[in-house]
Amino acid sequence: MKPSERKLSQLRQLEAESIHIIREAAAEFDNPVMMYSVGKDSSVMLRLAERAFSPGPLPFPLLHVDTTWKFQDMYRYRDKIEANLKGKLIKYTNPEGLAMGVNPFDFGSKKYTDIMKTEALKQALTKYEFDCAFGGARRDEEKSRAKERIFSFRDSHHQWDPKNQRPELWNIFNAQIKKGENVRVFPLSNWTELDVWLYVWLEDIPVVPLYFAKERPVVDRSGTWILVDDDRMRLEPGEKPQMKKVRFRTLGCYPLSGAVESEADTVPKVIQEMLLNRFSERQGRLIDFDEEGSMEVKKREGYF
Amino acid sequence: MTDEEDLIREDIEAYLAKYQEKELLRFVSVGSVDDGKSTLIGRILYDTGMVFEDQMAAVRAASQSDKPDLALLTDGLKAEREQGITIDVAYRYFTTSKRKFIIADTPGHIQYTRNMVTGASTADVALILIDARHGVLQQSRRHAYIASLLGIPHLAVCVNKMDLRDYSQQVFDEISADFTAFGKTLRFKDIQFFPVSALVGDNVVSDSENTPWYDGPNVLEYLETVPIIEDRNFHDLRYPVQYVIRPDLDYRGFAAEVASGVIAKGDEVVALPSGRTSKVKAIDTYDGELDEAFAGQSVTIRLTDEIDISRGDMIVKPDNLPRVTRRFDAHLVWMHEKPLDTEKAYLIKHSTQTVRAQIDKIYHEIDMDSLQPKSSDGLRLNDIAKVRLSCHRALYVDDYQRNRETGAFIVIDSLSNNTVAAGMIALEFADQNLSDVMKELHAESAMEPKTFVSPSERMERFGQRGATVWLTGLPGSGRWTLAYALERKLFDLGRTATVVSPVGEDLRSMISAAKAVTDAGLINICAFPSRTRNDRELLVERIGRDRVVQVYVNTDEALCRERRPDADFTGFEPPENPDITVALDKMRIDKAVEIILEALEKRGQFEAQ
Repeated sequence: MKPSERKLSQLRQLEAESIHIIREAAAEFDNPVMMYSVGKDSSVMLRLAERAFSPGPLPFPLLHVDTTWKFQDMYRYRDKIEANLKGKLIKYTNPEGLAMGVNPFDFGSKKYTDIMKTEALKQALTKYEFDCAFGGARRDEEKSRAKERIFSFRDSHHQWDPKNQRPELWNIFNAQIKKGENVRVFPLSNWTELDVWLYVWLEDIPVVPLYFAKERPVVDRSGTWILVDDDRMRLEPGEKPQMKKVRFRTLGCYPLSGAVESEADTVPKVIQEMLLNRFSERQGRLIDFDEEGSMEVKKREGYF
Repeated sequence: MTDEEDLIREDIEAYLAKYQEKELLRFVSVGSVDDGKSTLIGRILYDTGMVFEDQMAAVRAASQSDKPDLALLTDGLKAEREQGITIDVAYRYFTTSKRKFIIADTPGHIQYTRNMVTGASTADVALILIDARHGVLQQSRRHAYIASLLGIPHLAVCVNKMDLRDYSQQVFDEISADFTAFGKTLRFKDIQFFPVSALVGDNVVSDSENTPWYDGPNVLEYLETVPIIEDRNFHDLRYPVQYVIRPDLDYRGFAAEVASGVIAKGDEVVALPSGRTSKVKAIDTYDGELDEAFAGQSVTIRLTDEIDISRGDMIVKPDNLPRVTRRFDAHLVWMHEKPLDTEKAYLIKHSTQTVRAQIDKIYHEIDMDSLQPKSSDGLRLNDIAKVRLSCHRALYVDDYQRNRETGAFIVIDSLSNNTVAAGMIALEFADQNLSDVMKELHAESAMEPKTFVSPSERMERFGQRGATVWLTGLPGSGRWTLAYALERKLFDLGRTATVVSPVGEDLRSMISAAKAVTDAGLINICAFPSRTRNDRELLVERIGRDRVVQVYVNTDEALCRERRPDADFTGFEPPENPDITVALDKMRIDKAVEIILEALEKRGQFEAQ
């Protein structure tokens, strides 16, 4: 190879850096776990982990915090991934939340998210004594994330203190913790949404079909299209599902995820639409509209 | 952005092919709020079309005047916005048709050095803002100094607010000349100057008509073209093993990100610290084998021989070795409120090794006003100093200015686990061959055993400082009774104390025993006879004045003689300046214990429980 060819493209550089991060955490922590949300970011993170330890298996399990309100397509996709996985997938649902029948309709998005996501995640981390949890969050997603560390320290109550973060320099990560504390590790920190999609395309990574436009039954909820995904969906008086060609920019619990009308049914078309539309990523996620700076509040409480 | 937009519209796959091949450039933007740094970054983001409509709407709504305040685009956490300053490094992402960029946006004012150093650690370019109205201030020199210390190769100096100086060429030239003179003392590969107005947009992403006398590139053009590929070290192979991949008995791969240099199939390599040599059998990736891997790539290699290699080891070439050493000099930037404690053992993380280490010595501190060395009385938050370190195990290091990957380390407080400092290794260049390295490594293992538990760590563990409470008095004065009563009381209070019983008749061995117990961080109570002042001086000298509490048990001699009629009372010299005097004929034993306890507390012997 000629010296002038020793050049990494930006995407391959991000990939190499992410692999470094994943290996570093796997080597330094006793009991890491990879958060697996079934979304495109998780899919990319999983691929990076497979790359990091190939030809060996993943040296940690995956964890899916299941609110029981995900899209049916997501469950199907998750089960397919599990069947082919060289490793273990743990599914966890907050048992008290389940017993209480907590749902996004009766409890409101904030309380529902608190119990079925934030609290469930904490319970799972505590139950399995995980000292490190990989997450697929990116710094370009939202303003408060722009300052989060790649190795983000959480105290024994799973709390993030944005004012008291450890300085993070070079590619040297501080993995020192005391018993009961844990670290969230974000290998995709420096990726943008475009990078993630591009990687999905180049690496031919399968993603949940909901990301692609298709005729689906939806209802209009304050300007957002909500999918009628199963018979648990509660329709308001007079509300009637209509068929629209829609897709989802981000995936979560179906009653809280807004769809956009779209014609994009392939990865390049999705990227094209995304670039031309210029809407910020999380606009399709209802939970962020609760209050200003809400992501920051949720993170302090232990949400990813 | 229009050409890009057309391409996206017409041939998205062509756009993507181009996008993924772009080069990544990281830059750090430095300067205070008043210099207009946030406005400049906001301007770049806005003018390159990286701002979403909804973000822009939010900015318009939050702006004080009709014009959108572009600085708001880079605001961060809620608390910071409320305080009107940013307090931490924030990372921003944007892309143009030529490159992809990551900006480390470092805030001004409070904790400046710490944040700037963090952002600068990975940057290819430092973007410094100078207010055209004020010229080159000390602050700008300081920023440039830090950028240079952190090994950033390229410096871009934006002379901002040119609109407020009528776009005067003279102003620009004077500032440039002034800064160039200073810049010669630093280590940048190149320094480039730009006359800009971030507010108006002059020479930021497009050439300005207001500065016809300026024919250089605009800021963005510069960022898109400054050559950075040469900045990586492709010369010295350093392969710090991160993880050993061993799915079955037939496969044994050593995974790492190549820190520097190039490694190729068939290369002869040596593994440190074993010194064993072997050849590269294969370079594996998920996509298959590579013929070679270079700096920045994450790969897995296999060797032709079965040699024992684990995480923290380093694979290098026999004719190009790092310095293998336990002791080295470095520049430290202190990043924590709790100052440096030279008595304490810290953890150092360097490439894939974490070792215990001590900062033995501060050579000098850098005066942040004059940027000259000055004597130091300790390192506090945001101080920069040159120090000497010694580590528990040998590290494989290079001079930071030659190799940013193997010249850098972080310092971690081993009790709080906080990252407290950033270090840049400073080596005088001297070649070491493999036999030198092996000698150094053998010398390591033959070294005298030495404790790696420091006094301050013991102190934090026990919640007290080690000390010797030395009871002096006549035979029969009640020293031993008092000693055991004090031990019981201390124990009940949750302290760690013991009475050291006599070891033979020899005062010296008794003092040695007392010292060992004190070194271990315990409160040691001694009632061994020490009749003369000389005896007690020896004791103080051996254990250390600040660690000895002398208690004179001044019981009436007649009473003592009555209690111990057959004892030898000759030659007793009462202490001249005891720390505490108690008289057991005049007070109950609990009272004496109480007095001693109070004195110990006053001395700051204990941490609050």
